[in-house]
Amino acid sequence: MPDLKQIIRRRRREDAVFKVLGISCLVLCLGTLGALIGDLCIDGLRRIDWQFLTSFPSRFAQRAGILSAITGTFAVMLVTLLAAVPIGVAAGIYLEEYGRKKSWFSDLIELNIANLAGVPSIVYGLMALGLFVYQFKLGQSVLAAGLTLGILVLPIVIVATREALRAIPAAIREAAVALGATRWQTVRDHLLPYSMGGIATGIIIAMSRAIGETAPLVTIGALTFIAFLPPAPVTGDFPFVSFEWLQSPFTVMPIQMFNWVSRPTADFHVNAAATGLVLIFMTLGMNAAAIILRYRIRKRIKW
Amino acid sequence: MSASLTPTYPAVARPLRTLGRKRHRDLQEKGVELLMVLAASFSILITAGIIFVLFSEALAFFRHVSVKEFLTDTEWTPLFANPRYGIMPLVAGTLMTTGVALVVALPVGTIVAIYMSEFAPHWLRETVKPVLELLNAVPTVVYGYFALLFVAPILQKFMPDLPLFSMLSAGLVMGIMIVPYVSSLSEDALRSVPMILREGSYALGAGKLWTAVRVVVPAALSGIGAAYILAISRAIGETMIVAIAAGMQPNLTWNPGEPAQTITAYIVQVSLGDLPHGGIGYQSIFAAGLTLFLLTLAFNVAGHFLRTRLRQAY
Repeated sequence: MPDLKQIIRRRRREDAVFKVLGISCLVLCLGTLGALIGDLCIDGLRRIDWQFLTSFPSRFAQRAGILSAITGTFAVMLVTLLAAVPIGVAAGIYLEEYGRKKSWFSDLIELNIANLAGVPSIVYGLMALGLFVYQFKLGQSVLAAGLTLGILVLPIVIVATREALRAIPAAIREAAVALGATRWQTVRDHLLPYSMGGIATGIIIAMSRAIGETAPLVTIGALTFIAFLPPAPVTGDFPFVSFEWLQSPFTVMPIQMFNWVSRPTADFHVNAAATGLVLIFMTLGMNAAAIILRYRIRKRIKW
Repeated sequence: MSASLTPTYPAVARPLRTLGRKRHRDLQEKGVELLMVLAASFSILITAGIIFVLFSEALAFFRHVSVKEFLTDTEWTPLFANPRYGIMPLVAGTLMTTGVALVVALPVGTIVAIYMSEFAPHWLRETVKPVLELLNAVPTVVYGYFALLFVAPILQKFMPDLPLFSMLSAGLVMGIMIVPYVSSLSEDALRSVPMILREGSYALGAGKLWTAVRVVVPAALSGIGAAYILAISRAIGETMIVAIAAGMQPNLTWNPGEPAQTITAYIVQVSLGDLPHGGIGYQSIFAAGLTLFLLTLAFNVAGHFLRTRLRQAY
């Protein structure tokens, strides 16, 4: 019979070895993230200045900038937000509060959304190319791009809305119904206000995903060289608001970066690194905001 | 004066008014519910749109190219003077880069998940988990830059024969990128295993690692399987990393040290050019996209069923 102490010692040693292994795997992942950010900083930080942020792309790397790309990113994100949020939140409410009773319809939608979340983004781009660009004749415009990304992030908004609603205890619903509130009154006056923080977190995550998305916009034919801005949404003449910018051709930051990184010369790679740095600053910032928001909600709410 | 201000309702007016309000409220309820059903149905419309576009354009493609040639030919040169349409090289490129990524992501992701769920102290888990999720927040085009201009030169120092564009560098970076996909889902599965199973194992004298590997992991197997499957589907559909760092020539090879084009990279390459709408080159990206869609669909459906099975288990 082996010595019990020896067995215990061996088990302890195995545990210690695994702990080292686990920590080194973590370090590998976090180190990669660090190396990536560090590499971008070394290559691109010195290139970021006012000139870079306010210039159009150019044949000369030193004169090029990302003005049209930043403007395009914000214009496309606005359309994405307006498309994804109302539909996503409404669908989430339906699935969680109305479709509770097991029916084939809610099952079908459930399976469908799970599947949509796994469809590669470039397939959404192909759909948008066939449907938005050619069938609906939207062309290669800000509107087509915004709708494409809106559809792409719709599952994220839906899932976030559902999770936020699910976290609200059933007692709240029962109390509202006991006081004679209808379903919609319960949702509007109680469930939506209480889940607002969780939904906002989901929307931020969805937007940060959309802002870095490249492939579907390449597919619908975003241009890489845009030396003008879309028409301003506010005009001097009546009715003072113009929607022409929706039809304008566009470029966005990830596409500008892709274009520069694909060129053979090193000075354009510097531009790519600088663009990547601006981009990563935005997405990481948005994600940090979402994490903080989620953390504060969890701390504040004790049902 | 004050008397004239007080409204004098007929005897029936009051019940009628509440009846009217009730009808108005019911109408509002119905209207809101209808809007929500429409919003939820919209997701089905999206799926229908994807399937319609992919199939109708791919059907036009298969009028020129036989399905047999598409599946068995070993050359993919649709843009050449005498075009060949065999999807195999693109599928091989996709599977190779996916394979390299999985060699990194599955072991690392699983070890991270087991460590985080069974070993890590509370404070470490709470701080590291959100940071790990940030790996998902980095745009893929930035990963592409990193693979091409940071990882590939470093690999070349160890392997002087390695070309700048290779499936190896793209796959390695992609592997790190999908670690959070594997680890967070697996960790959820591991943590949903009831404590009582672990306590039983400890009571029999097992150590932590022994318990984790022999008791907790088997109990969470369907959840871990779902995580693996979703990671595979994600790697197959990944576009920008391979488009930037893996090269743009279709190449039927089993050597990850060579450049090769994936299905996704081909679609990007064609989209960047100026192909006329409706030509065979234009249709070929939809045939490629359909192949990609069916590949990932199979994995997604399998993953969904594994996950729902997990939910019923405990």
